Parts: sequence; C-alpha cells; structure tokens
Amino acid sequence: MQPRQAEDASGVWGWRAVKIVTILVYIFMFAPILVTVILSFNASMFGGFPMTGVSLQWYGKLFQNEAVLRAFKTSIWIALLTAAVCTVIGVMAAIALTRHEFRGKQWMNTLVILPALVPETILGVGLLLLMKWANQPRSYLLLVLGHIMLALPFVVLVVQARLIGIKRVYEEAALSLGANRFNTFREVTLPLLMPAIVAAVLLVFTISFDNITASLFWRPPGVETMPTQILAMLKISISPEINALGTLMIVITVGLPLLGGAIARILSGNRQ
Amino acid sequence: MLFIHSSSSEVLRMTDIAVDLKGVTLTYGAFVAVKDVDLKIDKGSFVTLLGPSGCGKTTILRSIAGLVTPTSGEIVVAGRLINDVPIYKRNIGLVFQNYALFPHKTVADNIAFGLKYRDVPKADIERKVKRALDMVRLPGVEKKLPSQLSGGQQQRIALARAIVIEPDVLLLDEPLSALDAHLREEMRTELKIIQREVGITTIFVTHDQEEALAMSDRIVVMNHGLIEQNGTPEDVYRTPATKFVASFLGQSNLMTGTVVQAGNGSARITLDNGASIEAKAPASLKAGSKVTVIVRAQRLEVGKKAANGANKLKGRIAATSYLGGTAIYAIDAEGMKLQANTIIDDQVFREGEAVDIAFAPSDCVLLGEDDRRLV
Ligand SMILES: Nc1ncnc2c1ncn2[C@@H]1O[C@H](COP(=O)(O)OP(=O)(O)OP(=O)(O)O)[C@@H](O)[C@H]1O
Ligand SMILES: [Mg+2]
Repeated sequence: MQPRQAEDASGVWGWRAVKIVTILVYIFMFAPILVTVILSFNASMFGGFPMTGVSLQWYGKLFQNEAVLRAFKTSIWIALLTAAVCTVIGVMAAIALTRHEFRGKQWMNTLVILPALVPETILGVGLLLLMKWANQPRSYLLLVLGHIMLALPFVVLVVQARLIGIKRVYEEAALSLGANRFNTFREVTLPLLMPAIVAAVLLVFTISFDNITASLFWRPPGVETMPTQILAMLKISISPEINALGTLMIVITVGLPLLGGAIARILSGNRQ
Repeated sequence: MLFIHSSSSEVLRMTDIAVDLKGVTLTYGAFVAVKDVDLKIDKGSFVTLLGPSGCGKTTILRSIAGLVTPTSGEIVVAGRLINDVPIYKRNIGLVFQNYALFPHKTVADNIAFGLKYRDVPKADIERKVKRALDMVRLPGVEKKLPSQLSGGQQQRIALARAIVIEPDVLLLDEPLSALDAHLREEMRTELKIIQREVGITTIFVTHDQEEALAMSDRIVVMNHGLIEQNGTPEDVYRTPATKFVASFLGQSNLMTGTVVQAGNGSARITLDNGASIEAKAPASLKAGSKVTVIVRAQRLEVGKKAANGANKLKGRIAATSYLGGTAIYAIDAEGMKLQANTIIDDQVFREGEAVDIAFAPSDCVLLGEDDRRLV
C-alpha cells in the first residue's frame, strides 16, 4: 500500500501543477481581451487604468465617428463579398479536387493552399507589384481580390476535409436512383456539406474582417478598413474609444465563429 | 412459403435474358480487373458472383450499374445496349454493403427518392413507400432517420429503396457482410423471400460460399477477373469445372495420378502414391493421361473396414477435430494428405489409428492437365 499512496500523492501534485499552468496560460491569453473590454466602459479620458467610473460614453462617441462608421461599413462589405465569392469558388474547387481525376491534380492541391502559407507581407507586396506592372491603380476590386486570394485556401481546406468524409456511395446511390449529377449535388452532397460550408463562410468573413497587413498594401488611397482605421487612430493616441471599438471587433470576430459552430452542430445534429 | 416452391420452377422456364454481358473487359491502368467476361442472366433469377477478394465481382456489378465503363465489350440490360447510357438513366437498383441511406433524409424520403425522379404522382409515392415498407417488414418507420435504425433495418430500407423503383435488375454488393452472423442468416432468408415475391432479377455479390449456395439459382465462380464456372449450386459443388472451383468451394481432396485403363464410362487410375482406384470418366479419356481426381471431403468414408465395391485406400489418422455429430479427420494415406468430414455413427478415431478410406467411383471428378474438368 505504501508505494501506491506515495505515487497517488505525487500524481495529485502533478495534476495540480498542470491545472495551475493551464490557468496561467488562459490568463495570459485572455487578459488583453479582458482589459480591452473592461476599459471600454471606463469613464476616464485616458485609455488605460485606473478606472474612474463606468460609462457607455465611448460607445456613444464611436457611433458618431464618421470615419469609424465608414471603415466599419467598408470592412463588412469586403468581408461579405469575400465570403460569398470564396465559398462558391472554394466549394467548386474542393469538389474538383476530391471527386474528379485530372492531370496535375496533385499540383493543384498544393498550389491552392500556397497563399495560406506565404507570409501576408510578401503577398501584399507581390500583388501590388503585379498591379503596378499591369499599370492598374489600387482599387476596391484589388482589395477584394486580395482578400479572396488570402481566404480561398481555407474554404478549400475546410470543405475538402468534409467532402473526403462524405462517402461516395451516397452520391452513387442517388445517381442509381435516377438523379442526374446536378440533382445529386443539390439533394445529397450539398446538404451533407452544409456544416463545412457554414464554417467556411464564417471563417472567411473573419479572416477578411480582421486582416490588416494585406489591406494596408492594397486599399485604395483614402480608404480605411476597420483594422487600418484602428491603426490610424492609435498613431494619434490610445483613446478609450479604441477600447470600445476593439470590444466590438472582438464580439464580431469571436461571436461569428461561435455562432457558426452552433449552426453547424445543429445542422449535423439533425442527422445523428 | 408457397411462392418459393411454385416460382423456382417458373423462373427456370422463363428464358428471357435480363442481363447480357458480351466480352466485357475492364482495365484500371495496366491492371485487368475483368477479362473478356460473357454472362447471360435469366429474367427473374437470382445469380451470385462468388470469388475471392479482388477477383472483379464489384467491378462487374459497377459496370452494369454504370459507375465504371468497360474498356471493351457490350452490356445489354432488358434488351437495351447500355454502354453509353449514363447511370441515372439506366433503371438499375443498387444496394451497398454499408447501406448508403441518405443520412439527412427520413426513411420515407429515402425510399421516395427514386420515385420522385420517375414522375410518380405524390399520392402514388406515399402508397408505394408504404407498400415497400410492408414488403421489408418494417411498417411505420417512415418518419425515422436512418441513424435511428439498426444495421439490419437500414439494409432493409436500402433494399426497399432499390426495389420500389421497379428496376430492370437489382444489384447487391455484399449487402449482408456488415451484419452480425445471426442477423445475416435471418436476412439471407428474408432477402430470398422478397426476391421471389417480387420476381426481380438479382445479381448478388459475395465471397461467402455458404451464402452463395443457400440463395442462388445460379452461381458464377470468378477468379482473377475470369469466370471459372457458371452453374446451379449443385453443379458447382458436385462437379467443379476447374481446380480453383474445387478448392474454393467446400473441402476437396485432390489426388494426382495416371490413367492405366479407360472405357465404358470409367477409368482405372494409379495414384502417385501407388494406390489403384476406379473413377467415373468421360469416354474421351485415354490411357496414359495424367489426371487429378477430386473427391469431396464429405464423400470419403472412414472406418476399420471399408464398404465393398468402393475404392479403398489405407491410411493413418493424423489429426481429429471432434465436432459432436461429425468429425473432421486429417489422414495420411500412404504419403497422400486427405481430409474427411464424416458423420460419426459409433466410433471416433483418434490420432495414430490405422483406418480404411473408401469412396465411390461416381464421387470422383477428373481434371485434365490444364486443371479443367474432363468432359
Ligand atoms: N478504381 C480502381 N483503380 C485501380 N484498381 C482498382 C480499382 N477498383 C478496383 N481495382 C482493382 O480491381 C480488382 C477487382 O476489384 P473488385 O473491387 O471488383 O474486387 P472484388 O471481387 O469486388 O473484391 P472484394 O471481395 O474484395 O470486394 C482488384 O484487384 C482491385 O484492386
Ligand atoms: Mg467487392
């Protein structure tokens, strides 16, 4: 019994240590977020501690700030457009890459995820140089195209992973029952793919909405997206307004994936 | 049970060909999966493709279904050449090993799926779905999702979904192999009853010989993409056409020897171990030919004293598997290894005991030097 107890005791300490480290890691990860959220309700004129009272004034100010609202709208539009285009193209690419045999498929498979691996700064400069060479001005179109390029690999990866899991026999069964390829896709493949598509849409939206590096390179003169706007404001001062803005950004970019996860779970839950 | 008896003879009388494969070859790259297969399948019959893994059974089924295209040869279903007809225009019922029910659709929607694409009026669809569920003995599960059913129930729904469209031929690819042993046997009987009831032409793929023998009107034994034999279950079991069929189905003893005298439908053969036996033989057999004599393990009698008029060999029991009512003996017959599956009447022989082995000349099947049955 003696050695056994000793082992248990050290086991308990081991677990306690793991717990403590875990808690510390979580604090380290979430402290900045928490600080931003808390300070956004600070009544003080300055963007840091101490708290001098609780107030919603910074949110009010934010909603009257024309520049911020414009940047917000720009970002939303770009994110929506990116999400829509990426999803359609990405789903089609994923289907081609998993369901069809063609020459150079292996190459395509590798190339399509390349933009996700290359540092954004390099992509940013690269696309810009290309535009310069083609003698094109920086435009909204360029910005959206850039975001599409950045986000597309993620759609392909997410949808492909799911598609591999959808057994081919479902599609074969549908075909044998008389549904042509389009109807088979509509009635069988698409519904089974839906959780992945929802996840992909939200992921892409978030990637686009959050992006700053590439946007800095690609935005047309005078246009700000939400992240570039924050950066611009930070150059002037750390105003409490930024904390409010940051909090809103957090709500959107954290809330959306959570929402997507929930939808995906409901969609696949229907079939369990 | 009446319909089983009545229809089995009717089926044989019907001579319409439901499926006709003419010289079908199918290659995957350089690998030939199916080699020049000719196969006619009678309307309403239950035909089993039987063979070891990788012999091309699924490939033949998929080429009839239209999921793969033969490299050469013709596929005719219900009198129509369908080589270039896409799968969704072929009117073929498919049942897979793992059911492949649409997981996001209810049982009713699964069964109705094929009807929808056949422009069946809504009211009829409902009626047909209900009738199909009655047929597979699962009334009232319309609203359930496939995941709420057991494996056996799911396979019945898959069967209902394939049959309800009244296909020209029903293709079943190892539909029972995902079920546990007990359920498999139950489903075997049920599947057979349903097939008889509906009278649907069925091609069934399995590598389980018991399943094949129990269910089929005809068995097509395949190996390496070739048809080794096509015959009734009794045919393939009693008179294997090739060495492969003899060793693949049941337990066979293969004894090699030389014909010393032939004529009058029988031959005297000296086996390689020196023993002399008599065997039923075709008229064409000549003295001096090398032959392989095949005798089923069940046809060997083992005793202290063998019956009169039969072939007799001397042997020693090498191993005994006692199974209660029966026993399996591994016997060393003067240098020849034999297996005998016998019913025990009074005595079980033990390792080392000397025994006589007897078998009738009529239980012998002779293969020539090309390993094919001599006719
Ligand atoms: N898509 C494919 N590409 C290349 N080879 C294939 C393909 N499909 C099947 N084969 C090969 O063709 C041969 C026949 O395959 P098939 O699936 O018809 O065998 P089977 O008789 O159904 O075997 P099993 O009992 O294991 O299901 C196998 O050797 C297999 O490896
Ligand atoms: Mg197979």
